[in-house]
Amino acid sequence: MATKLTVPISEEQIRALKVGDQVSLSGVVFTGRDAAHKYMIENFIDGACPDSEKATYDLLKKGLANSVIYHCGPVVRTRDDGKYEFVAAGPTTSIREEPYQGAVISHFGLRAVIGKGGMGDKTLAACKEHGAVYLHAIGGAATLIAESVKEVLSVHKLDLGVPEAFWEIRVEDFLCVVTMDSHGDSLHDRIRAQSEAKLRDILASP
Amino acid sequence: MQDTTEQLVELIKTTSTDLSPDVEQALTEARTQEQGGSAAEGALLTILNNVDMSRRTGRPICQDTGTPIFHVWYPEGGSQRKLREQIVAAVKIATERSFLRPNAVEALSGKNSGDNIGKDFPTIHFDEWENDYLKIGLMLKGGGSENCGAQYSVPSPELPATRDIKGVRKAVLDAAFKAQGLGCAPGIIGVGIGGDRVTSMVKAKEQHFRHLGDHNPDPELDAMEKRLHREINELGIGPMGFGGKTTVLGVKMAQLHRVPASFFVSIGYMCWADRRKIMTVKDGDVSIQSP
Repeated sequence: MATKLTVPISEEQIRALKVGDQVSLSGVVFTGRDAAHKYMIENFIDGACPDSEKATYDLLKKGLANSVIYHCGPVVRTRDDGKYEFVAAGPTTSIREEPYQGAVISHFGLRAVIGKGGMGDKTLAACKEHGAVYLHAIGGAATLIAESVKEVLSVHKLDLGVPEAFWEIRVEDFLCVVTMDSHGDSLHDRIRAQSEAKLRDILASP
Repeated sequence: MQDTTEQLVELIKTTSTDLSPDVEQALTEARTQEQGGSAAEGALLTILNNVDMSRRTGRPICQDTGTPIFHVWYPEGGSQRKLREQIVAAVKIATERSFLRPNAVEALSGKNSGDNIGKDFPTIHFDEWENDYLKIGLMLKGGGSENCGAQYSVPSPELPATRDIKGVRKAVLDAAFKAQGLGCAPGIIGVGIGGDRVTSMVKAKEQHFRHLGDHNPDPELDAMEKRLHREINELGIGPMGFGGKTTVLGVKMAQLHRVPASFFVSIGYMCWADRRKIMTVKDGDVSIQSP
């Protein structure tokens, strides 16, 4: 059975999760991937926020606290009534955000990051310190995941391009698996170690 | 020459939304191999549901519609310029209709062109052939899996890999291990042996047009394809890297002539959403097939 999580998420709820748990997520979350993470670091974390970016900062600061960032560059359609709709919205490979993710979790008070492929030691440490988890969505399952995106509420930094913008979305029963928890455990580290041992065995045969 | 723009839009739509039967069957079989209730089985069930839903609703299987890679074989007298114009027009229309995500981003500025058209984007390979009809293959190559590709120059002291089929095997196993689940496993591995750095990689990626159940006409490569398929699955990386029995759905290899000084082993990693179709235009009749 999947554990239900609704934004805003408490630290207690996150600490109760372990690697391998299934999660069904609902509430308002933001997409953000490569350019978005670089932008957050340069404008909000490493540097003083320029006046031009103040409105975006205030919105993200409020929206990301106890919420979730989703590594996703969606296919988006503009409906006849002028509203946006997600057509395809699977996760993108998360490891590219490894240099930035820990600082973003800490600065914005994120409770979860959704993506695919897992992340590294810096992110795992930030999850442990701040009470956050890494949730793995199924890569490529873009039509199915788009079905759980019920509404597109707003978009920010669209000048970064459709895939790279921050899309504020309301999701319902978005299914994921915890692959990095807030206790320092990572499924990705385990699988890497096991497969490395197996690789040595296989290479030993001519 | 017939204007095939509308048919090319249909080719793009079909490629983006309708997974070929050989890949779907391999995924279905993979599901039966995994333990009931495991994360690996769950991942494959989700994948299969998604494939079915995309086909029914005409929506992209994956939001990363990747680099559109066209291979065009045209008869004598055909015009590459006109075909290129038609492909560019079709890509723009398919992007407007949300069959493709706008994916062409200028390398340094990161500026998205908005319509999937850019410098050498989409990729188009042209070949004039002896047949009297037009054939266009399309592959949508996602970025996550493309990043798992690799090129080895052997002998490689760090593997260590030698200049023979044993060295090729080590290079492929190394690439599959390094990819873990990052390329949306269970993937398909294409291997180009020999050539130069460019032709070797092109040959590796061309392997993805092959039917998953086919046999390599070269018996040595056929045996190695089957062996590597088995050995990579023994790594236990599994669907999405969750751990499990199926890490790849297949390994496909080809060799090229090389100069004596060079020996490249190129790896093209394709995700499970192995989107490729082939369109033929013969006597005005257009048909779209799976490999």
